[in-house]
Amino acid sequence: MKWIKKDLLGIRELSKEEVLFILNSTDSFKEISRRDIKKVPTLRGKTVITLFYEPSTRTRTSFEIAAKRLSADTINISSSTSSYVKGETLKDTAKNLESMRPDAIIIRHSMPGAPHMLAGIMNSSVINGGDGAHEHPTQALLDLYTMREKKGHIDGLKVVIVGDIAHSRVARSNILALKHFDTEIVCSGPPTMIPPYIESLGVKKEYNINKAVVDADVIMMLRIQKERGGISSIPSVKEYATLFGLKTEHIEKAKKDVIIMHPGPMNRGVEIAAEVADGPYSVILDQVENGVAVRMAILYLLTGREM
Amino acid sequence: MKTKVLLDKKAIERTVNRMTHEILEKNEGSSALSLIGIRTRGIYLANRIQSKIKSIEGMALPLGVLDITMYRDDLSKMKSPEVKKTDIPFDVNNMTVILVDDVMHTGRTTRAAIDAIMDLGRPKKIQLAVLIDRGGRELPIHPDYAGLTYSVHHKEEVLVRLHEIDGKDEVVVARPV
Repeated sequence: MKWIKKDLLGIRELSKEEVLFILNSTDSFKEISRRDIKKVPTLRGKTVITLFYEPSTRTRTSFEIAAKRLSADTINISSSTSSYVKGETLKDTAKNLESMRPDAIIIRHSMPGAPHMLAGIMNSSVINGGDGAHEHPTQALLDLYTMREKKGHIDGLKVVIVGDIAHSRVARSNILALKHFDTEIVCSGPPTMIPPYIESLGVKKEYNINKAVVDADVIMMLRIQKERGGISSIPSVKEYATLFGLKTEHIEKAKKDVIIMHPGPMNRGVEIAAEVADGPYSVILDQVENGVAVRMAILYLLTGREM
Repeated sequence: MKTKVLLDKKAIERTVNRMTHEILEKNEGSSALSLIGIRTRGIYLANRIQSKIKSIEGMALPLGVLDITMYRDDLSKMKSPEVKKTDIPFDVNNMTVILVDDVMHTGRTTRAAIDAIMDLGRPKKIQLAVLIDRGGRELPIHPDYAGLTYSVHHKEEVLVRLHEIDGKDEVVVARPV
């Protein structure tokens, strides 16, 4: 198969074949980050811009490192240091950046659909680095890659996603990606954080985390999305931690070789106990390592497509 | 398509045997030697050379697989070709690396392979072994060991088939009619 898409806007736009193509390509890029000289000349002469209107540590750094390891030049723009504060619209910013002829733009924005709007008006590749509570496709791809790496397969897995599902772009992208495979997906959390229509996506809901985690292969914990009003869905953070925080007792109910995932940033003692986050079942830092490899593969595929 | 067989199964076996002996002769044995096969058919040739050296010297040389896609000089002219895995499970520093490929043509693949290996460390030497040198060089690169040197017109195609992947062993030249 050859890659033909200009943009990576969401998992919804990807076929199963395309998801697998990205995961298979990632294998080749992962090895580069473990070398002494962590650089290959593949994207020499390409320019990659990260345009982030929301805070980020992992995703932005991960994209920048991925681009640099492929020898692309990178420029980072965050809203606080851009002309956004002078009143420039996203569209005008995009048009102006386009005039400098970048090859790829990674955008994070609180407005769902912002990357899709840019993709329509720009010649460069647009990659969604998270748009509101809508999608975060590279996170879902690195999560699937990590599941496949640790479990050897994706088909047949029981994946339990716990937390603020309603406000989570990570949950949405993961559900869409996992639905390409023969997986059992269970969403858990307080009823106020689980959209009532969630079952229409083909997933189960189980408000009781103790029941949800039984025989799980993968437990994915999400934080409370305070910036999207998640905090108003619960009486108190302390109560949430008591009822929905992942603790050792939950791991005992899951499969013996369960893996614990978290897209970060984590709030220790809230959605995940420190001993679980740092424990032997946690693959949270593997997710971060794999994130660089997945983003290298995506940058390679998108910017190398036929013009 | 008119085709002509340059090497059959027996001839390929004899040729690989001869190249193996040349490698051992030139390097005075197999110490600090390693083999790296260039995807795809270079891998199988490197495998064969490794097992022949093992039967002669009683020692299995370190063997690696190299995918040169990320080092190509024509990436911007083509759709992203599928990248496959590079797997070199040994330290190339201070090694004599025998780079193995099936066909030597423009020299661009070899250039990419040399760059790729240099990014992994500093080998003592890199030598090049190819089953067939078809001429048509665009870079000043030449093989140290060539199974067969046979000038082929640029419109003709040299096809190396190896039983591990193609079901049979032969080298043919195909000429479009």
